[in-house]
Amino acid sequence: MSVLRPLDKLPGLNTATILLVGTEDALLQQLADAMLKEDCTSELKVHLAKSLPLPSNVNRPRIDLIVFVVNLHSKHSLRNVEESLHHVDATFFLGKVSFLATGAGRESHCSIHRNTVVKLARTYRSPLLFCDLEIGDFRVTMAQRLVRMLQICAGHVPSVSALNLLSLLQSSENPSLEDL
Amino acid sequence: MDSYDAPESTPRQCASSRLKDYFIGATPLQKRLESVRKQTSFIPTPPRRKIPQCSPLQEDVDPQKFAFLLHKQWTLYSLTPLYKFSYTNFKEYSRLLNAFIAAEKQKGLAVEVGDDFNIKVIFSTLLGMKGTQRDPEAFLVQILSKSQLPSEHREGKVLWTGWFCCIFGDSLLETVSEDFTCLPLFLANGAETNTAIIGTWFQKTFDCYFRPLAINAFNLSWMAAMWTACKMDHYMATTEFLWSVPCSPQSLDISYAIHPEDAKALWDSVHKTPGEVTQEEVDLFMDCLYSHFHRHFKIHLSATRLVRVSTSVASAHTDGKIKILCHKYLIGVLAYLTELAIFQIE
Repeated sequence: MSVLRPLDKLPGLNTATILLVGTEDALLQQLADAMLKEDCTSELKVHLAKSLPLPSNVNRPRIDLIVFVVNLHSKHSLRNVEESLHHVDATFFLGKVSFLATGAGRESHCSIHRNTVVKLARTYRSPLLFCDLEIGDFRVTMAQRLVRMLQICAGHVPSVSALNLLSLLQSSENPSLEDL
Repeated sequence: MDSYDAPESTPRQCASSRLKDYFIGATPLQKRLESVRKQTSFIPTPPRRKIPQCSPLQEDVDPQKFAFLLHKQWTLYSLTPLYKFSYTNFKEYSRLLNAFIAAEKQKGLAVEVGDDFNIKVIFSTLLGMKGTQRDPEAFLVQILSKSQLPSEHREGKVLWTGWFCCIFGDSLLETVSEDFTCLPLFLANGAETNTAIIGTWFQKTFDCYFRPLAINAFNLSWMAAMWTACKMDHYMATTEFLWSVPCSPQSLDISYAIHPEDAKALWDSVHKTPGEVTQEEVDLFMDCLYSHFHRHFKIHLSATRLVRVSTSVASAHTDGKIKILCHKYLIGVLAYLTELAIFQIE
């Protein structure tokens, strides 16, 4: 199966699975560890991938949330994410995809302009989160946030769905970018 | 010619326009970037930047006057506007700064204004170092060593040079009131201790603030593209890039040198609109270099950090060091640096 679809498998009992896609292995691993440390009523599963498509010979549970991690210091990570996005079905983008940009704190190391990722997130109508994954406290906060988002996307929070969350997260900060 | 607000617009108007900008969260630079990135192609994308040309003001000035600014390594700082600075008080400033430096160097001893030690400070204006008529005049500060023998009135050798300038600084000039002089770009050459002492004196006297101006990889690739685009009669240096690979225990450096005419040929094949440089062209230019390198060495340069760019026009390092080699494009290079300095101040 070369394209990820949100509803092609049955959900596991009380299980929520997140897929983190990005070239920065160390940062993804640390974020995964931080998420698994969180107190959560659902059973969390974290999958890491360098890029999509995922190998099809592995038996994996249904993926509830995909987070694409872009490192602002490296154009390579942006290209990688852009290419991986082609392997995700369009129905995933109804609240089950999110972008995470890391490295914005060290402005002198940035080789991608912030607006590039903002534009990418706007094109795919998905929320964009900024977090310096290298800093421990920010990482823990982001892990908490992602766990919350994951629970909603897996349907474990009553009366809130992924699509509700998406419309709540749409910010009206940059109205000039709205007309795409 | 310009349709900017007259300088006598009320401070309240300036404040409210700044508040609006802050509220929307976009500086003019970001706004310009956004407009370039519009994907609808019915509206022609507005020019991102002009390729540096000779400014009409510079043609009146003898290029020999600025020859001492070339071929020197300058460290860059951004400077907030100076309060109550006057171009007529240069003698007074020289005396005060001289005394201050002497006092700093002999900490603890009492120093009278008027005592000379073996250094001398000179303030002078650099006429013609501006982009438009609205830009304030650039000025130069030099520390010279005085010869010990008073009978020979020889000028000593220059120990330290620093100059302040503002090239096309309109976005900052609009927002600042009459008492302030805007010279956002400061370049220094010489010992770091002298830079620190002079910086302290300026900060205390004119209530301004210096910050080192770092140039990130994004801006370095812009510089590489703009300077490769400049037409040159003859090339005196190869075009060279330096990348730093983040790995432990110590970082590796990758250096990539191209014959300048090949670089210009590559740029010409990428470049479409005459006289302007857009974000897409810069990205394409750098991607060509990256993919060529990847094909030969299987290394993704896009995952590393661009640290230094060196062309026949100028060379820049990410720590904020610049060396300008060509007087023809001096104003163009400074205009871009002024823009970065203003962006850092805002």
